[in-house]
Amino acid sequence: MGNRLVYAALVLAGLVMLAPFGWTVLASLSPGGVVEWPPGGSLGAYGELLRAMPFWRILVNSVVVAALSTGLQVGTSALAAYGFARLEFPGKEAIFVVYLATLMIPMQVLVVPLFIEMRSLDLVDTYAGLLAPTIASGFGVYFLRQAVRQVPRELDEAAVIDGAGHLRVFASVVLPLVRPALATFAIFSFMASWNAFLWPLVILRSPEFMTLPLGLANLHGQFTTEWDVVMAGSVVSVLPILAVYVLAQRHVIAGVARTGLK
Amino acid sequence: MTARTTGTRPDAGHAGPSGSGPGDGPVPAGPPRRAKVRKAATVLLFLAPSAVPLVLFTLVPMAGSLWVSLHEWNLIGAMRWTGLGNYAGILRDGDTWRALGNTTLYIAGYLPLVYVGGLGLAMALNRVTRGRDLFRAVYFLPVITSWVVVALIWKWLLNPSEGIVNKLLAVIGVEGPGWWTSDAWALPSVIIAAAWKDLGFVMVILLAGLQAVPAEALEAARVDGANAWQRFRHITLPLLSPSTAFVLVISCISGFQVFDQVYVMTSGGPAAAASEVMVERVYDLTFRYGRVGDASALSWVLFLVILLVTVVQVRLQRRWVNYG
Repeated sequence: MGNRLVYAALVLAGLVMLAPFGWTVLASLSPGGVVEWPPGGSLGAYGELLRAMPFWRILVNSVVVAALSTGLQVGTSALAAYGFARLEFPGKEAIFVVYLATLMIPMQVLVVPLFIEMRSLDLVDTYAGLLAPTIASGFGVYFLRQAVRQVPRELDEAAVIDGAGHLRVFASVVLPLVRPALATFAIFSFMASWNAFLWPLVILRSPEFMTLPLGLANLHGQFTTEWDVVMAGSVVSVLPILAVYVLAQRHVIAGVARTGLK
Repeated sequence: MTARTTGTRPDAGHAGPSGSGPGDGPVPAGPPRRAKVRKAATVLLFLAPSAVPLVLFTLVPMAGSLWVSLHEWNLIGAMRWTGLGNYAGILRDGDTWRALGNTTLYIAGYLPLVYVGGLGLAMALNRVTRGRDLFRAVYFLPVITSWVVVALIWKWLLNPSEGIVNKLLAVIGVEGPGWWTSDAWALPSVIIAAAWKDLGFVMVILLAGLQAVPAEALEAARVDGANAWQRFRHITLPLLSPSTAFVLVISCISGFQVFDQVYVMTSGGPAAAASEVMVERVYDLTFRYGRVGDASALSWVLFLVILLVTVVQVRLQRRWVNYG
């Protein structure tokens, strides 16, 4: 099998992956989403999109919620990872097993009871309710603990002899050394939050709190036949994450490859 | 969850460096009790920020869910104890089995597509060097796109009357199916969209596995006269088995949890019932029918199914996965 054939297959596969995106852009520029030849260049659907939903607000919501939930998860997970890797305390193993158990419970099982809990805390349709389940991550603790354990203990022991407390060792010795793992986990949690649909769907009601996936699904509910508006919404909601991806592409793919290898 | 701060000893009045008692280890200067309190405070500082939210937003709802699953409840009125009645009820309910069947069909259609497709792409990429990173980045593009967007894109591509897929089919004289509007084609529509989205993910995992296959082993086999198929079958595939195992486990878990794309593509449409999956059923039971007890019981059944499938897979994998 010649290299030429391999390249032909790769290009064909690339087209299959890209064509739907290209078609989406064309549809967003064509009245009713029906692409004619030559393709239209009407930006009407984008104007309609801005009128139909508080788009900028929803975009800002998505960015802020994803950034907050990523920051919280990375912070709380890194602290716990250090705790499990470096501190000695009674019941450590048992507590770690409980952390691992939470990793196995899918959001789908938690959705109903979490909704009930948020309702009793009066947090339905609030940012706090949206964020609460994403403050901590069992996966993050597990993943980062592996990284912290690979940091040679001599390094932090040297710092301890210098009189540094655990917090200092954590912040100035361990954290800088596990940066690649932090970045990988941060990218995962950002993407998870950016794309999350089920929990926002359950907890949010008002358009002004919505994130992009939920706003888009709602838009589709309103404009069932105006596909140009729906496609315009899809285009603009892909652009920000696309920008992040173009910048961090190598880290994203390397991160996925690494978790697969373990 | 806190580290205990016991170990009270009459240490009041102690000053100076004499604090360490028997079995206490090398405690730095200062009374041992204060050292213990400090140590407990350190542990709390590191663990509480994650432990408190995990208890509040994972463990408490889990326990609450079990409790609710033993009751009849509509979210508003009083709860009525039914014991295991909900579980018995949903297991007798044809809708449960239909949803489980649909979910299984989804996995059965999705898994071969992404595995064979992903492996093909990974092997092709593994043969080339020029442009590999670019191709890989392009294939990964759908992975970073949200399920809602992917579902909307494919819902329009697969629109029965105006979608480009059916129009192209018409050009070659084939009358396209009703896709997500028809009972028979609704699940295949979802499967196509899902495979398109996840192909790049599976490809990246398998490519990483392929790159770990030592070139010397393949070369040695070639020298010994093994043809391409034999090298693939007897060297590449066995050495790739850990990556394959990972893909199978992850895909089955996420397959049983499928929701977003089905909800966007078919919920509320003409083929809603024909493509309803387990999580959608949990959602509908809660928010459309107000049968919260049944919904909670069903979500536990789903969890047990996932757990069972995963445990069986891991067990079986001990036989065929080669963890060199």
